[in-house]
Amino acid sequence: MKVRKIVSPMSEEEVRSLRAGDIVELSGEMLTLRDEAHMRALEMHRQGRTVPFQLEGGALYHCGPIMKKEGQWRVLSAGPTTSARMDSLEPEFIRVFRPRLIIGKGGMSSEVLKVMGQIGCAYLSLTGGAAVLAAEHLPEVLGVQWEDLGMAEAVWRLRAEGLGPMVVAMDSHGRSLFQEIEEKVRKKASLIL
Amino acid sequence: MHSSAVIEETVVRLLRQAECQLPPDVISALERAAAAEEDQISLSQLRAILTNVRMAAKKCVPMCQDTGVPVFFVRGWCDRRVEEAIRRGVARATAEVPLRPNAVDPLSRHNSGDNLGKGFPPIHFEPAETGVLDIAVLPKGAGSENWSALRMLNPAEGTEGIRRFVIECVVRAGSRPCPPTVVGVGVGGTADTACILAKKALLRSLGSKSPDPSLDSLEETLYEQLNSLGIGPMGLGGKTTVLGVLMEKAECHTASLPVAVSLNCWAARKAFARIHRDGRVNFSQGGSW
Repeated sequence: MKVRKIVSPMSEEEVRSLRAGDIVELSGEMLTLRDEAHMRALEMHRQGRTVPFQLEGGALYHCGPIMKKEGQWRVLSAGPTTSARMDSLEPEFIRVFRPRLIIGKGGMSSEVLKVMGQIGCAYLSLTGGAAVLAAEHLPEVLGVQWEDLGMAEAVWRLRAEGLGPMVVAMDSHGRSLFQEIEEKVRKKASLIL
Repeated sequence: MHSSAVIEETVVRLLRQAECQLPPDVISALERAAAAEEDQISLSQLRAILTNVRMAAKKCVPMCQDTGVPVFFVRGWCDRRVEEAIRRGVARATAEVPLRPNAVDPLSRHNSGDNLGKGFPPIHFEPAETGVLDIAVLPKGAGSENWSALRMLNPAEGTEGIRRFVIECVVRAGSRPCPPTVVGVGVGGTADTACILAKKALLRSLGSKSPDPSLDSLEETLYEQLNSLGIGPMGLGGKTTVLGVLMEKAECHTASLPVAVSLNCWAARKAFARIHRDGRVNFSQGGSW
């Protein structure tokens, strides 16, 4: 299995070179945002306020980690959360904040896939629940915003080092491995339903 | 009567064990899935899962960041003191293991910070005069819990209706509940008891046979058929979509046929403790409730 090493932040050209089915390992900065942080960021944007983080060209991680403060914050357990929960928020969110990468599990809707194609963004599938393995590749906590949302929903700025293996499951050319599998599953299901 | 301090301490240890060590029956099922898998992407998912499981046990760190809702089942002499001791144990485990604080107000979404709240953790009591106190914990992550479903079938739909509903639930959940999943099914009772039975089914050991021949046969059929779907590990395709199908039943109204489905992610965590009168405690992650 050939693993490609990528670094965030990324250019549009680099992201466009990622194709569904590629296996990658990511290094560089990423920001965790879940439902609550998506909603707050969009709300602030609508009010014309500036959010306290910068995501343009960067990596958005759907994750609510377990962190421990020992002088400094440390990542204990930090696998991906179900990305589909952010389906209704993500099209507007990625148009406004323009990340190049979304990291999560389970994939996202065709509407999100469409906007990803328009702005140049890829979705990387990290193994759900493999949270200690992920934490091994998140050696540094660079900062935290919106701690009032609770540990899971806060925005954590993390440094990744070879995070993976991840599968490019939705690319910026309109291809989604999840949709392809779902199509096959529907056909198989029709045989037994 | 069991000492509150012993119950509290037992709960802390149970949660630590459940969160950091995957039960042996689940590890075996995942290893079998990896041995059978031919697709490289699917195999990479199973390998990451098995590596993660080993690392979590070695480091004594929760295997998944979603340490879930700790669902308790308690059998024995039950009174208010038992409930209070369990709650103290949960708050302590949250700080000591540590667990992710997951309990929030459903409307304001305010997080209590210690995994305690009204009805949180859920505790299902089964009064019994066995002289011992049995406690089981099932930490249930939201990724899989969000795909729980209940349907009130017409009795005429029968076993075939149950089979179809379970398949529909697994297809609808697709990649999202962290497959390969364990499928818990509760049949009968009222709507509420069917849901509890589906949860309780998840405490049964994978590969164990249901004492009810009809359920046993339906479990086998569903196991084969669900694994023919090709959802695979993490929904990226592959041979193993479910690690097991476990069913429980109860009598129901003559006009009803409730069926509840509770999916458990591959991190199908569970741990059991038996507290004896003299304060001795036995811990295990094998066997069934």
